[in-house]
Amino acid sequence: MKFTEEHEWLRVEDDLVVVGITAHASEQLGDVVFVELPDEGTTVSKDDEIVVIESVKAASDILAPLDGEIVEVNEALADAPGLVNEDPLGAAWFFKMKVDDLSAMDEYMDEAAYKKFIG
Amino acid sequence: MTDLLRTALYDLHEELGARMVPFAGYEMPVQYPMGVMQEHLHCRAAAGLFDVSHMGQVLLRPRSGDLADAARALETLVPMDILGLGAGRQRYAFFTNDAGGILDDLMVANRGDHLFLVVNAARKAHDVALMRDRLGEVCVVEEVTDRALLALQGPKAETALALFVDDVAEMRFMDVAVLEVSGGEIWVSRSGYTGEDGFEISVPGAMAEEAARALLAMEEVAPIGLGARDALRLEAGLCLYGSDIDETTTPVEAGLTWAIQKARRAGGARAGGFPGADRILREMKEGPARRRVGLRPEGRAPMRAGTRIFAENSDLPVGEVTSGAFGPTLGGPMSMGYVAAQFAAPGTLVFGEVRGKHLPATITEMPFTPARFKR
Repeated sequence: MKFTEEHEWLRVEDDLVVVGITAHASEQLGDVVFVELPDEGTTVSKDDEIVVIESVKAASDILAPLDGEIVEVNEALADAPGLVNEDPLGAAWFFKMKVDDLSAMDEYMDEAAYKKFIG
Repeated sequence: MTDLLRTALYDLHEELGARMVPFAGYEMPVQYPMGVMQEHLHCRAAAGLFDVSHMGQVLLRPRSGDLADAARALETLVPMDILGLGAGRQRYAFFTNDAGGILDDLMVANRGDHLFLVVNAARKAHDVALMRDRLGEVCVVEEVTDRALLALQGPKAETALALFVDDVAEMRFMDVAVLEVSGGEIWVSRSGYTGEDGFEISVPGAMAEEAARALLAMEEVAPIGLGARDALRLEAGLCLYGSDIDETTTPVEAGLTWAIQKARRAGGARAGGFPGADRILREMKEGPARRRVGLRPEGRAPMRAGTRIFAENSDLPVGEVTSGAFGPTLGGPMSMGYVAAQFAAPGTLVFGEVRGKHLPATITEMPFTPARFKR
């Protein structure tokens, strides 16, 4: 699993990259009340704002971590946005993407580096 | 966080694990470990304890000793019937300016030989200066700085407070009482900012932590931060000064004419005589150009403050959201804002601009969740 400075996690599953946010990020956000997901089939560039998370405090954006295509989004979040707080690393994945270059993930932090990053 | 003030309960907030934020010059708890959502639901289901010590507490004493002199003087700054406010009763009020805008909203209580006012934290310096300037010849304006203010809100508030203080069960909504307890005097009013039954309790600063600990020791009572306080008041349809009302909004636009009693309206015994009376009384007769309304967005995306409101198939804004959040009790998003009067009827479909998209919302009566005051 890899981690971005934007507090996203990435893991590879069947050649697709699955993306969500870390437990640290979900704690900082507070109770999540709404998640807006991109359309399946959308082509995205790294750093595009593609997910909006509304918590009881504010709206935050999730950026595309890599270039590629969104092939599946987690529809369960539409009805149960609270999953982002309950199970951020598991049930609350946001989307799966087909990426042009899997090796581009290497630039991101591993778990030890991320733990150090959040202090 | 230098230069920020702390309330008498600061150490207790820290001990309870609160996340502290700067608010109106104070370090205040925005949430506790329970989280905004659960705090909100707990307050509606049982009882919540809020530290509102940052708010201003002001005593207005008539120099003549005759309360009617203080009441008449205050009536020159607010469009309320203060002379007709009975002893032991409190009422909602606002200071107006010459343009008919609102300088602050407040509570005024008649305590027999003097008036007691509770004003917004961010406006207390302004309000005290205004009253000293305009009422100083008739009244002594005394800002109370050695007392904390707690709010205990929710269906279990009465049960909780009655364990410590006799007689509170007999109080009705907007009654006030000065009660002797060991350690000093507490000033209780049956009122609040959540739409729930409950009390606001002014206690000597030295007693505050002990009082808060005693209430929090009860299973029914949980500490509630500013985050939940905002969604609670919004569900109740209550205005936040500086967001939903300010110097540019008139009480008529804001839908607050219910707070202007008959004596101060056109044809009343003491009609007018407050700042901005010309405009306010005219708007009461002819209707305002815009109105404060409630909005229910479709779907789950909140429309937050600053969201522009449009009519269907139009690119010209007809209004703007002034407060917006997810309502935990409502189970969906809710907003409050101003729209041109022709769009203000409940049921009207409008569109809020969220992240570049026009999303549908319906004009809705407030409160969003029913009030449960003990009348």
